[in-house]
Amino acid sequence: MSNNHEVLVDVQGVDRVFRRGSEEIHVLQKLDLQVRQGEFLALMGPSGSGKSTLLNLIGGLDRPSNGSVAIGGERIDGLNDRQLAAWRARHIGLVFQFYNLLPVLNAQRNVELPLLLTSLSATQRREHAAAALDIVGLKDRNTSFPTQLSGGEQQRVGIARAIVTDPTILLCDEPTGDLDQKSGDEILSLLQALNREQGKTIIMVTHDPHASHRASRTVYLNKGRLLAENPE
Amino acid sequence: MKFAGLIWSNLKRRRLRTALTVLSVLIAFLLFGFLGAIKQALVGGVDLTDANRLIVRHRVSIIQTLPVSYMNRITRIPGVVSVTPFTWFNGIYQDPKNFFGSFPVDPAGLLDMFPEFSLPAEQRKAWAETRTGAVIGRGLADRFGWKIGDRIPLNSPIWPKAGSSETWEFDVVGIYDAGKKGADTSGFYFRYDYFDEARQRGKGSIGWYTVRIDSPANSATVAKAIDAEFLNSPAETKSESEGAFAQGFAQQFGDIAAIVLAILAAVFFTILLVAGNTMAQSVRERTNELGVLKAIGFSNERVLAVILAESFLIAALGGGLGLGLAVMLVAAFAPSLATYLPGFFLPPGQLAIGAVLIVVLGFVAGILPALTAMRLRIAEALRRSA
Ligand SMILES: Nc1ncnc2c1ncn2[C@@H]1O[C@H](COP(=O)(O)OP(=O)(O)OP(=O)(O)O)[C@@H](O)[C@H]1O
Ligand SMILES: [Mg+2]
Repeated sequence: MSNNHEVLVDVQGVDRVFRRGSEEIHVLQKLDLQVRQGEFLALMGPSGSGKSTLLNLIGGLDRPSNGSVAIGGERIDGLNDRQLAAWRARHIGLVFQFYNLLPVLNAQRNVELPLLLTSLSATQRREHAAAALDIVGLKDRNTSFPTQLSGGEQQRVGIARAIVTDPTILLCDEPTGDLDQKSGDEILSLLQALNREQGKTIIMVTHDPHASHRASRTVYLNKGRLLAENPE
Repeated sequence: MKFAGLIWSNLKRRRLRTALTVLSVLIAFLLFGFLGAIKQALVGGVDLTDANRLIVRHRVSIIQTLPVSYMNRITRIPGVVSVTPFTWFNGIYQDPKNFFGSFPVDPAGLLDMFPEFSLPAEQRKAWAETRTGAVIGRGLADRFGWKIGDRIPLNSPIWPKAGSSETWEFDVVGIYDAGKKGADTSGFYFRYDYFDEARQRGKGSIGWYTVRIDSPANSATVAKAIDAEFLNSPAETKSESEGAFAQGFAQQFGDIAAIVLAILAAVFFTILLVAGNTMAQSVRERTNELGVLKAIGFSNERVLAVILAESFLIAALGGGLGLGLAVMLVAAFAPSLATYLPGFFLPPGQLAIGAVLIVVLGFVAGILPALTAMRLRIAEALRRSA
C-alpha cells in the first residue's frame, strides 16, 4: 500500500438491496468504484441516493447483496461478522455527522476506545490518544466530556478517535453536516492536512459543494450509479 | 480488565437509576442473609443433635413427669450406656419476659452426656461442692451480665419453693461455653438434689431422661425396648432419637422456614425484574452508542460481554454489600437475640448460596438485553443517531 497510484478500494459490480416487507429497494446497482491510495474522495448525491450505504460497504459495516469489495487487495465481502469486526478495528477510521462520542467518557478516553481492541499497554494507549488529540489541536481538552465541548471540538475528538489506530482509510459521513461554516472549514482543513501531510486515504460523503472542493476528486451517486460529473 | 473503565462509566451514566437498582439488590440480599440466620436459629438445632442420644419422655406429653425410679430401670436395658434426668423448671428472673431455659439436673451426668458443654475443671468441682450451685451458658451470662459468685433469684410457676419464700436462689459457680458453633449457651442448670428436696410438690418426679446408647444403629431397637419396659405402667414412655425430638420441635418452625423461603423467592423475582428492566433500558437508550462500538471494531460477542459484565457488576455490588451488611447486622444482633434465638448466625453455606444467587441474578437480568445488543445491526443502529 505504499505506492501512491495503487488502487486501495476496489468496488466491483456491487448491488445492495434492502427489503421492506414485500418491497425490494435497490439502493446500489452494479456499482463500480476505485479509489487510489492517498486520494481524498468526495462522494455527493441527493438524500437517499445510497451514499451512506456505499460507505458502509467500503468500511465493512455491511455486506453487498452482489458484487465484490476489496480493500488493499483483500476481499472483505465474504468475511463473517467476527472477522469483519477485527478487520474494521485494524483498517477503518470512522467520522460521523453527529460525532457519536460516548457521553460517559471524556475526550481522552473516547479517543482511547479503539485502542482497547489492540495489544497496546495502558501507557501506550494513553500516549497514542494524547498524540491524536494533539494532531487535532485539542491536547488541552483531554479531560473534557463531550457535553463540555462545542460541535467543532467534538468532531475533532471524533477525528482523533478515527485516526488513533492509524487506519488504512478514513471514512467520513457528512463530517461537517452539523457544523457552522467556520467550524466546518476547520474540520475540512484538518482532513486536508491529514491527507496531504500524512498521506491518509479519505472518502468523505458531503452535501456541501464547498466541502467537495477540498477533495482531490468528487464522484456523484445518482439512482444507484456513480457519475464523474454532477448530473444537475 | 482494560474494559473495566468502559463498563464502570456506563453505570455512572444514570447515577440515580444505578443507585436505586443497586439499593434494591442490596436490600434483597440483606433480607436473604438476615432471614437465613433466623431460619438457621429455628431449624439449625437439628444439625447439632447427637445420634447417640435418645430422649425418653412421658407418652402423653413433655409436660407430664416420669418417676425418678425409671433411671435405674432404663440403665439396665441392653444398649444403654448412661442416663441422666432433665426437668423443665420454667425459671423466671424478675419479669416473665426474661425467659430462658432452666433445668434441674445431675451435674456429673449432664456433663458426661453433653461433651459439647465445655466447663473448666475447677468449676465442675465447685458445682459438686455447692448444693445451691448453678452452671449457666456464656450467652445467658452475657445477656444479664452474670458472673461467677452472683446469687440469682428465680421464680417458677410450676415448681414453687417450699418454705417461707417461693423464690429460689442459686449461686453461679460456673459458666460453660459451646464446643460447636451455633450450640445453645442460653441454658441455666442447677442441682436436682437441691431442687427435689426444696420443691413444694412432685418430689421424686422427672421431666424426661436423656439416654446415651452404644451405637446409632441400635437407636430404634433400644427406644422400643425402653417403651416396652414401661408399657402398662401409670407413666408410659415415648422414646425417640434426639434428632427426631429436635425435628419435632423444629417442625413447629418448619412452616416459618417455608414462609421465609416464599418471601425470599418473591423478593428475588422482583429484584430480577428491577435489575432486568434497568439493563433493558440501559441497552435501549444507547442503541446508537452500541452501534458505534461495533463500527469501531467491537465484535458482537464483545458487546454481549460488556453488557453482561455491567449486569454482573450491579448484582455483585448490591449483593456483596447486602451480604456484607447482613453479616455485620447478624453479628451485632446475635448477643441480644442469643436467648430467644440461640444459634442465630449466618452459616457459610448460606453465604455460598448468596454468592451463587449473585451470579444467577447478574446473568438472568443481563442476558436478554445483552443478546439484543449483540444482535444489533451496525448500519441500523447508526441510522438512529439523529
Ligand atoms: N437497513 C435498511 N433497511 C431498509 N432500507 C434502508 C436501510 N438502509 C438504508 N435504506 C434505504 O436506502 C436508501 C439509501 O439510504 P442511505 O442512508 O444510504 O442514503 P444517503 O444517500 O446516505 O442519504 P442521506 O444523504 O439522507 O444521508 C434510503 O432510501 C434508505 O431508506
Ligand atoms: Mg447518509
